Amino acid sequence: MPIHDQGYRRYTGRRIPPGRGWWVIARAGVIERVRERRFLALMLLAWSPFIVRSLQIYASTSIAQLAFLAPGPDTFREFLDQQSPFLFFITIYAGSGLIASDRRANALQVYLSKPLTRVQYVLGKLLALAAFLLAASWLPAMALLALQVIFAGSPDFIRDNPSLVPAITLFCAVEVLATSLAMLALSSLSTSRRFVAVIYAGAVIFAAAVYQVLRGITGTTAWAWVSPENVFDALAIAIFRAPANPPLSATAAITVVVLIAATSIFILDRRVRALDAVT
Amino acid sequence: MTGPAFATALGEAGSVVTITNVSVRYGPRLALEDVSAALPPGAVGLLGPNGAGKSTLIKALLGFIALERGELRMLGLDVRHAPLEIRRRVGYMPETDAHIPGMTAVAFVAYCGELAGLPRADAMQRAHEVLYYVGLGEARYRKVETYSTGMKQRIKLAQALVHDPDLLLLDEPTNGMDPKGRDEMVALIRDIAHERGLNLIVSSHLLPDIDETCDHVLVLSRGRVATQGPIAGLKGHGQRVFEVRVKGDTGRFAAALQQVGLDCHDTDEDVMRVLMPEGRGSRELFEVAAQQGVQVRHLRASVPTLEDVFVDAVGTQ
Repeated sequence: MPIHDQGYRRYTGRRIPPGRGWWVIARAGVIERVRERRFLALMLLAWSPFIVRSLQIYASTSIAQLAFLAPGPDTFREFLDQQSPFLFFITIYAGSGLIASDRRANALQVYLSKPLTRVQYVLGKLLALAAFLLAASWLPAMALLALQVIFAGSPDFIRDNPSLVPAITLFCAVEVLATSLAMLALSSLSTSRRFVAVIYAGAVIFAAAVYQVLRGITGTTAWAWVSPENVFDALAIAIFRAPANPPLSATAAITVVVLIAATSIFILDRRVRALDAVT
Repeated sequence: MTGPAFATALGEAGSVVTITNVSVRYGPRLALEDVSAALPPGAVGLLGPNGAGKSTLIKALLGFIALERGELRMLGLDVRHAPLEIRRRVGYMPETDAHIPGMTAVAFVAYCGELAGLPRADAMQRAHEVLYYVGLGEARYRKVETYSTGMKQRIKLAQALVHDPDLLLLDEPTNGMDPKGRDEMVALIRDIAHERGLNLIVSSHLLPDIDETCDHVLVLSRGRVATQGPIAGLKGHGQRVFEVRVKGDTGRFAAALQQVGLDCHDTDEDVMRVLMPEGRGSRELFEVAAQQGVQVRHLRASVPTLEDVFVDAVGTQ
């Protein structure tokens, strides 16, 4: 029997106007990761500091002798700092293949032959990674804040620290956006997710090592900007108005973040094209 | 008739694609040079040797490539001003392997349907239907990475069809397929064009593919339009074809024929096909043979084929 006897019907149903392709891509990206047990285990691990902090908050509000454990505004900055290693691994796991795998399978020409702009494609991929990073940083931080209110039995803590919610949100947004953009840009430079993972991990670790060496040689923190860890530390201290000594000024940290974002966008603009197929 | 005159004569209202003085440049090289054509509804073949500009034209139609000059209109829409609306109404089957990694066939096709604007449930239903239509019904829960070359060609067709486009762009659709798979793909393309009423543009360097599936042809050569029109009309364009077998120096004989303005090309069966323009006769063949000292052992009038049209337009390059 000829195969076309299976029939082909014209589609007469509803069509959604162009513009929501980014949402389809983001949702598919999240679902693909959530189906992997190893990734779920990593996400659960990323919530382990939350459990410890929850116990700390519970103990401080329930046992008078342990009131000294009560959280302050800086507790949340420290918590977000503690989450950094988890964000590092989540970024590598969920982000390295986002564009690299598409490039390996020539999927860009499939995506861009649909009613989808390059910006929507990148936005979809960005959200697929940012969703997990926010789920491991902003979400547990806000959940901790909610637990503090619940265990204390009053919203006094939030009332006394009105800048805490915006600070957590702003810091997480900046950190997640810069990290996601940088990873997407790296991912667009290769067709191998392993290679991207190695380069990202190497860049972060190497930058920290370079800073330590330069600090040892010069005896100053003038080179702190070369390490993303220092940049985000400085940003957190500025945003949370923490009484700590930042490794570099807030202005320098903001400049580095803007440079990372701008460079990433420039790379993405150059690399996310359907033209690879043209011969 | 070629060039802008043809485009104007057919008129935009009667064409699916109108190409007006289009030039595309890759660095110093002009990939398309002042191309004008009007592609009518139905199945249109885009024919030309490798590097003729077929894929470039398709990519320009999809808005992937900026035009250096000219205007492209598809389904009445300007490619520069309404690329998303055009892509919503067009299905594209790329030449190279292309899929979304890690997905099963049905998930991949449904995903493409959603990206093209179908609601999620409809996209999934259409994915199943289209996969059956292209002959992948039994393999639809397998990951695309595990597919053979022929199956990958079919899945590319399925993702291009899932949103029921008004126009399908097929870039080398039988690439890498075995003879049986190639026949089935050609049958599918013919069915889509002639039974289901979709408009098609089929790009191929394989003459039989175009001959068996298309009604019209646009022949490109070195980035320019070599000829265009209905295939039936071009085949019978006032010229006759003779099959000739000679004893002697065939190369010298062929060169002598070219010198007197007679195009000829070899076939697989050691027979030359000589294109004889209107008003000229077989006597000239014998005269040339006599001049070159070769003996005509076989001469038979034949029916012009698409290959003859192609050779006439492009030459034997």
